[in-house]
Amino acid sequence: MTKSNFTRRGLLKTSAIAGAGVALPTIFTAQSAHAFTNEPTGSSVTLGFNVPQSGPYADEGADELRAYELAVEHLNGGGDGGMMNTFSSKALQGNGILGKEVKYVTGDTQTKSDAARASAKSMIEKDGAIMITGGSSSGVAVAVQALCQEAGVIFMAGLTHSNDTTGKDRKANGFRHFFNSYMSGAALAPVLAANYGTDRKAYHLTADYNWGYTTEEAVKASTEAMGWETVAAVKTPLTQTDFSSYIAPVLQSGADTLVLNHYGGNMVNSLTNAVQFGLRDKQVNGKDFQIIVPLYSRLMAKGAGANVKGIFGSTNWHWSLTDEGSQAFVKSFGTKYGFPPSQAAHTTYVQALLYADAVERAGSFAPCAVAEALEDFEFDGMGNGKTLYRGADHQCFKDVLVVKGKENPDSEFDLLEVVEVTPVDQVMYSPDHPQMGGAEATLGTCNNGA
Amino acid sequence: MLGLNKKDFRLLMIVLGLTMLAPFILNPFPSSSGLAQFNAGYPDLMQRFVIFGIFAIGFNILFGLTGYLSFGHAAFLGVGSYGAMWMMKLFSLNVIPAIIMGVIVAGIFAVAVGYVSLRRSGIYFSILTLAFAQMSYALAYSVLTPITGGETGLQIKSTDSPLLSNLAEGEIGRANLFGMDMRASYEMAVGDWLFTFNAGYYIAAVFMLISFYLAIRIFRSPFGTMLRAVKSNQTRMYYTGLNARPYTLAAFVISGMYAGLAGGLLVAMDTQVGPERMFWTASGEVVLMTILGGAGTLIGPVLGAGAIKYMENILSKINKDILHQWFAFLPDGLEDFIITLVYPFIGKGWHLTLGLIFMAVVIFLPGGLVEGGQRIKRLFSRKKKPGDDEADKASQSTPAE
Repeated sequence: MTKSNFTRRGLLKTSAIAGAGVALPTIFTAQSAHAFTNEPTGSSVTLGFNVPQSGPYADEGADELRAYELAVEHLNGGGDGGMMNTFSSKALQGNGILGKEVKYVTGDTQTKSDAARASAKSMIEKDGAIMITGGSSSGVAVAVQALCQEAGVIFMAGLTHSNDTTGKDRKANGFRHFFNSYMSGAALAPVLAANYGTDRKAYHLTADYNWGYTTEEAVKASTEAMGWETVAAVKTPLTQTDFSSYIAPVLQSGADTLVLNHYGGNMVNSLTNAVQFGLRDKQVNGKDFQIIVPLYSRLMAKGAGANVKGIFGSTNWHWSLTDEGSQAFVKSFGTKYGFPPSQAAHTTYVQALLYADAVERAGSFAPCAVAEALEDFEFDGMGNGKTLYRGADHQCFKDVLVVKGKENPDSEFDLLEVVEVTPVDQVMYSPDHPQMGGAEATLGTCNNGA
Repeated sequence: MLGLNKKDFRLLMIVLGLTMLAPFILNPFPSSSGLAQFNAGYPDLMQRFVIFGIFAIGFNILFGLTGYLSFGHAAFLGVGSYGAMWMMKLFSLNVIPAIIMGVIVAGIFAVAVGYVSLRRSGIYFSILTLAFAQMSYALAYSVLTPITGGETGLQIKSTDSPLLSNLAEGEIGRANLFGMDMRASYEMAVGDWLFTFNAGYYIAAVFMLISFYLAIRIFRSPFGTMLRAVKSNQTRMYYTGLNARPYTLAAFVISGMYAGLAGGLLVAMDTQVGPERMFWTASGEVVLMTILGGAGTLIGPVLGAGAIKYMENILSKINKDILHQWFAFLPDGLEDFIITLVYPFIGKGWHLTLGLIFMAVVIFLPGGLVEGGQRIKRLFSRKKKPGDDEADKASQSTPAE
């Protein structure tokens, strides 16, 4: 089987090839022809929209993509301009960004960090994207944010609610407009106290992953602060579809309130199970049994149908808001697609505009210059009232909406009603808050890449 | 040469040539043309080609030779990744110790899983491995969050300071090979083409060549013959007094270590790891790669891995906007019609395209892409030496079921 035919010439040839092969990578080192990663040199600039197009959050992803397309249209001067007209900063001219036409590439995160990073990398390495944005899960947001930090591009997070994104995993190149678990807890607590009293016993069912943990922690902390007692907190597997076995023990525990730290399909199933068990018709400790869902979305409310009626939760934005910015956005989104946008669409649209505006104000696409322009930037007219992009952790601070499932919905989109707009001061926290990774969490230094 | 016969050596040289010249081969279209969409010569995808090539080669040693269909191989990939990641976080940012750690951890895990699973064969073995993999996934996702980082996974943070490193305060460590950054690239612009030579890719490619060489040696060794015997008739082996278990376990562990190597390399090229890497779909993917390319053949799994990764990364990125650009020359009505026809197969529909291709391959080319290549070759070389066919058959074996 073995045929040994070593010759001097053969050996030399082989070792030369092998040597060249081994040496090849060491000959070349990084070349820096550009001042920063993917510096746009032509007449256009490319943005990377990395959203889930398949998997559990494909609905949110599709809505995000619609919002991005709308944002690009507006940035390039098409359509009615949407929120660009109501935005407090007037740097955007409708002639692209810094005079360059905005182009975009899309990718599928599949709601998996690996796939999301692969997709983001291909946008950066192949398509020359200068900014990556989108996503509908905190795991993906954290993974892609770290990638963008390494590669030296800006990351504008999409829908991500876990504290970690701008908490312990915050990065200098990453920015989040969406609110987080802490804010949900802080916004909900006073409303709950007003409606349900201050001496309730809460039972938590928590999706067994990162976002679930931070939400449970946040809601626990803020409800306990106003006098509630936490009876138990039970983790449920993310892949669980039938929650009956988790709901049954709730009644025996003596709890009179159930907090569902679930999102998406999890929440739809657990809430449906809880309602089917008749929890809401029960009386415990002389009080009506109540259910709370800390993070709400319209798409979830749609999934859970009539079960959401009267259930409290929080949300980042809702299309029924009547301020000028929201109305402008709902109008142009509705004109283009025929239905109102979701909160995922809103946050991504705003992120795209905020990025473009920051570039205009900085006068450069260089990530560090853009980051500086975004840090401690105050703006208004984007649907959430006065908003601050805090420089210390790159988190937006704005009013938080406490919503309730509508009793008599007019249409399939009109499922939630805004109960209260919790002012920003109530949901403010210090950058080194223990829930946000404590004093250890740092942004690091911003990275221009190349 | 190198202990290989002429035919195998030629195959190794072809693979060497392909991997070393990949930046040219994968970038055939000028960057300003519309076809540039199909270029795959950027570092991340090239790295994935060779890394998943290693994964598939390893899987093929188990599946192609012994016929044991492991449906949980991604677990080893994931475990290897976590091992490598911790090595980087704690010990050194150099990729070599990390990769070695990945291989060792995956190997140990494979011994444990293999010891239990190999007590059964056929579908029971597949289900056992699948169960182990899903268990590892569930553990990594939630219970072991302190070690695995849960859903968010692990990354190198500014607070990490590995033992053998002198990072400045707040500096985020980067994977390197004796100081050479994995992401360092040399870009060569020739006319309208841009070729990228990436350090990380070439390191992964060298590992792939070594793995490929080892696989050839295993295929041609008495040990490999024994593994084939397991596949053709295990009962007969037992009757002749041979215990097949040590052989299958050895194959299982080797295969697991290959997966660990791939996992370690994934971390070395892109310093993050998440539990999805162990999800059952990832295990299924490597089965697809091997069957698509040709189970039991040497080069097949590598081709299969390349084909699937290509579709996942290139087809999935084509969106409606790009289609409109392509078909802009057609009259409006026709343009919309054609786009409606094509649209389901691109973008998020790449799974559908993959499924169709997979079905076509399984039905018309049971030997995978390799068989396709052989048929084309036979078509062109009319005069066939009678010995050739014999040798072809010897160098490949038909898949088990």
